Amino acid sequence: MTTKPTFDYDNAFIRKILEETKNIAMVGASAKWVRPSNFAMKYLLGKGYRVIPVNPGSAGTEILGQMTYASLADIPGSIDMVDIFQASEKVGPIVDEAIRLKDEKGIKFVWMQLGVINEDAAEKAEQAGLTVVMDRCPKIEYGRLFSELSWAGVNTGVISSKRPTVRR
Amino acid sequence: MAKSHKYGPETLAIHAGAKPDPVTGSRNMPIHQTTSYVFENVDHAADLFNLQDFGFLYSRLTNPTVAALEERVAALENGRAAVCCASGHAAQFLTFFTLLSPGDHFVASRNLYGGSLTQFGVSFKRLGWECTFVDPTNPNNFKEAIKDNSKALFIEPLANPGGIVLDLEAIAAIAKNAGIPLIADNTMATPFLCQPIEWGADLVTHSTTKFLSGHGTSMGGALVESGNFDWTQGGKFPTMTEPDDAYHGLTFYETFGDFGFTMKARTVGLRDFGPAMSPTNAFYTITGIETLPLRMERHIANAQKVAEFLDDHPAVAWVSYAGLKESPYHDLAQKYLPKGPGSVFTFGVKGGFEAGVKVVESVNLFSHLANIGDTRSLIIHPASTTHRQLTEEQQITAGAGPDVIRLSIGLETIDDLLRDLDQALR
Repeated sequence: MTTKPTFDYDNAFIRKILEETKNIAMVGASAKWVRPSNFAMKYLLGKGYRVIPVNPGSAGTEILGQMTYASLADIPGSIDMVDIFQASEKVGPIVDEAIRLKDEKGIKFVWMQLGVINEDAAEKAEQAGLTVVMDRCPKIEYGRLFSELSWAGVNTGVISSKRPTVRR
Repeated sequence: MAKSHKYGPETLAIHAGAKPDPVTGSRNMPIHQTTSYVFENVDHAADLFNLQDFGFLYSRLTNPTVAALEERVAALENGRAAVCCASGHAAQFLTFFTLLSPGDHFVASRNLYGGSLTQFGVSFKRLGWECTFVDPTNPNNFKEAIKDNSKALFIEPLANPGGIVLDLEAIAAIAKNAGIPLIADNTMATPFLCQPIEWGADLVTHSTTKFLSGHGTSMGGALVESGNFDWTQGGKFPTMTEPDDAYHGLTFYETFGDFGFTMKARTVGLRDFGPAMSPTNAFYTITGIETLPLRMERHIANAQKVAEFLDDHPAVAWVSYAGLKESPYHDLAQKYLPKGPGSVFTFGVKGGFEAGVKVVESVNLFSHLANIGDTRSLIIHPASTTHRQLTEEQQITAGAGPDVIRLSIGLETIDDLLRDLDQALR
C-alpha cells in the first residue's frame, strides 16, 4: 500500500489564497462533464472565479462557456493561480512555464490537485517566489472553509461561535 | 507551515459541526424537520443531483441537522468525513455495500455484538458477501483468514458484551500489509476513550444509539472514514475507482478523494437503500454528544467500582472487565483505553443460568432491557436476548454463554448501584 504524504496547511493560509485569487488557469480541464476537473471548474465558476481551461486537445473550443487555450502563454490577461489537473510526473514543465510567465501574467499561486504531488516542481516554484499547494482541490477547500462542505459530512476543522457568512 | 490548532475532545463535542445559523443567528442547531429543499433554479437542481455542487437536496441523502452530527462525529474520531444513518446496523450495511461486490469476502472478529454476528454471517451471505469469523485475541488469526477476495477486516476494539480488548495496532498492521481497510466499530469505547484511526483503522462505525446519544432516546448510526486509505490498490476496490453506473460514470475516489468513501456511502447507499437518520434523532444525538466526555468519565468511574465490588462478592464466579488487574486484557486496556475500558462488561453468578435469571429479575435500579450506553444502569442475560439467535457454541465464543450477565453501568450514585446488585445477588 502506498502511503500518502500529508500536507497540513493552515486554514488561514488556504483561505488567503482563495480570497486573493480571481483568475484560475486550469491545466487539464476536461470537456467531459463527469471528469473531476469539469466538476471543479463548474463549481468555481459558480463562486465567481474566472476559470480559463488549458488543454491542447480542446484548444479553440469552449468548456463550460470558457475559451480553452493550448498553454498558459496563450491565455490573454492575467492569471492568479495555476491549478494543475495532471499526473504528478507531468507537473514539471507546467510549473516551469508558470515560473517563466510569473511576472508577465502576475501568477502568484501554483495549486496541484488531489493526488498530484511533485516535490521537485514545488521547490522550484517556491524558490521563484510562487506559493504552492499540493494534493488539494480548490473546490473542496472552498467548500470546507466557507461553510459548504459540512453539508457532505466533512470534518472541516472550522470551529467558530461567530455567525458565518455563506459566500455564494 | 504552522499547523492548524487541534481542539480538545470536550470542545469538539460541543462545537464541531454546529456553528451559529448564518440566516437567523440561532446558536443551537435547529431541528430541520423537512424532507426537501427549494432549488435556486433548474441548473442548481441539476448540479446537486449530479454531485457537482454541495448542498441539500432531499433528506434521504442530506439534512442540515444530520450534517451537523456527521461533522461532529467525524471531528471526535479525528476522521475526514462521516455519514449518519438510521442505526448502527445500517452503518455496517452502508460500509460493506460501499466496499463489496457479490463474491467478495471479509474477515471479522467473532467477539461482536450478537446482532452483528447474525447480520454478517446470515443476512450478508444472501447478498453474496462472505464473512469468516476468527478469534480476535490472536491478531495472526486475521492474517491467516485473509483470501484473495478479502476486502476488509472488521473488529470491535473493545468488544461487546464486554471485557475483551483487542491489539488494534497489530491488527491494523495486518490490514495495511494486505492492502485492505480495517473497520473498527467504536460504539463500546466511544472516541473519548479510544480513537481507532489514531492506531491505524481506516473506517470507524458507530451505533450512535448508545453512548454518543447517551440517554437512550434515539436510534442512529455513523460511518467515519479516516481519509488515509489509498483505494487504488491495483484495482482491488472497483466500487471506489471504476466509473459508477449509478452516477453517469462518475469515479468516486478520483472526484472526492479522501472523503470519497462516505460520499459514495451517502449518494449511492443512502440514496438507493434509504436508511436515513431522522433530523429529530440527529438533534437528540447532537445534544447528547455535548456531554459525552463528562458522561464517559462517570461511566468508567462507576464501572470500575462495580467491577471491583462484584469481583469480591461471594455469590459471583468471575468478572470480565479489563479494568481489573487480573484481566488478561488489562495491559491492552492500559495502552488503548488509558482513561478506562468502557462501562459495559460481563460477570458470571455462582449457580449458572438459574442464578443469573434470579439476579436479572431481582434488581430494582438496574433496568432489564436490550441496550447499552444509557444514563441508566442496564442489565441483561445475553444468551436469552441479544445473542439468542446464535448456537450455544457461538454464544460461548462470543462471551455470552448461559451463565453470563451483561451490565451497562450508568451515571447513578455508586452506592445505590452496589446496594441494588448486592440485594439481587443474595
